[in-house]
Amino acid sequence: MAVSGILLVLFLVAHMAGNLHVFEGREEMNEYAHGLRTLGEPLLPHESILWILRIGLIACAVVHIWSAVVLTRRALQARPVRYASKKPAKGESRHAVATMRWGAIVVFLFIIWHLLDLTFRTVNPVKDVPDAYGAVIATFSPERWPVTVFYLLALFALFFHLRHGIWSAVQTIAGPDTKWRKRTQAIGLFVALIIVLGFAIVPISVTFGLVN
Amino acid sequence: MKLSLRIWRQPDAQAPGEMVSYEIDEVSEDASFLEMLDVLNERLISEGDDPVAFDHDCREGICGACSLVIDGQPHGPQAATTTCQLHMRKFKDGDSIDIEPYRAGAFPVIKDLVVDRSAFDRIIQAGGYISAPTGTAPDAHAVPIPKQDADAAFSAAACIGCGACVAACPNGSGMLFMGAKVTHLSLMPQGQPERATRVLGMVAAHDDAGFGGCTNTGECAAACPKEIGLDVIGKLNRDFRKAAVRAA
Repeated sequence: MAVSGILLVLFLVAHMAGNLHVFEGREEMNEYAHGLRTLGEPLLPHESILWILRIGLIACAVVHIWSAVVLTRRALQARPVRYASKKPAKGESRHAVATMRWGAIVVFLFIIWHLLDLTFRTVNPVKDVPDAYGAVIATFSPERWPVTVFYLLALFALFFHLRHGIWSAVQTIAGPDTKWRKRTQAIGLFVALIIVLGFAIVPISVTFGLVN
Repeated sequence: MKLSLRIWRQPDAQAPGEMVSYEIDEVSEDASFLEMLDVLNERLISEGDDPVAFDHDCREGICGACSLVIDGQPHGPQAATTTCQLHMRKFKDGDSIDIEPYRAGAFPVIKDLVVDRSAFDRIIQAGGYISAPTGTAPDAHAVPIPKQDADAAFSAAACIGCGACVAACPNGSGMLFMGAKVTHLSLMPQGQPERATRVLGMVAAHDDAGFGGCTNTGECAAACPKEIGLDVIGKLNRDFRKAAVRAA
């Protein structure tokens, strides 16, 4: 859970930073997208590095989801009878109790939509794969505002997921003392904010016509 | 003060249970929570009813026998306090209070509010000890221990094994209990020879008992009457990783 999660966070950082090419314009963005496919050429075949990264990413996602299913099943078996009275959570990651598992489902559904939208282009008006810039502008166009709203909702879920997930992964792998645990929680919150704001700025800018 | 209680009644381990309502009058605010239950039980006995079964022993907050989940919180609403040290002045006249047993598959209900916590004993038997020659006690300062380590080990050793961490955990995990024991012993020179086998054995016994896995929500530490912190789970994770890598 922790190792696959950290690798997925590293992917998110790279993905978020790459998205910001949209602010440089159509040519630069499409050149970046093309660059990902031709990475390693001519030494390596077309899209080889891209596919290695994709397979690694899929493996991380599978391991992450499998770990979550195992943990959730163990949790359900460990408390066969529920409490009659509920108490508000009051631990250090109280938001995680309510958001981690439901948020994960929102993020999962979003990823399916996101792949159909911007990778396979099934639900995107721009079918021309090399035109990454055009596809981003088209999907977040003002008349398709529900797409932007869904994107932002998924980012909201992702924020809570990362806010807990980052420090939780460090706690599992490194086991910091109290001082470093508090620092890790602060760093996790900061990284979650950076990632989510970096992703959010693209659809917001396109929908409000700041990029077109 | 006058209270409405809803208490889990279950005649034995096999029978189904239910929440039963009781009204209780003239409760002194100076009474402890368990004394309030004593008063209720005296009335139930005089009326020919079965008294409510609950665990208790020292009633000084140090033995770990008392349990109860009061209004959804193990050991009730007051931080760093066992049920026996919780007093009725924390409640208001006319309050209604839910009293349930700890809920965990690894802690089956024996009767009413009494649960079987021997799963914790099995975890201790799997490594929560040191092997030492018997005979006269060694001199107190024969083995020098840095003050910081001694203090940290002492804080972890404050765990009374009550099981509130399991009751509070949304995953029903016993990691805080196990972490406290591992931290206590692995900080001491006496705990070193069995350090790796201890953590591997205890984690295996914990998982066998049917406790859940830790997802670091921190509910355990918030419920702990002895204020054991999440750092002990970090230390448990670290010791486990090192031992597992070496064993592989």
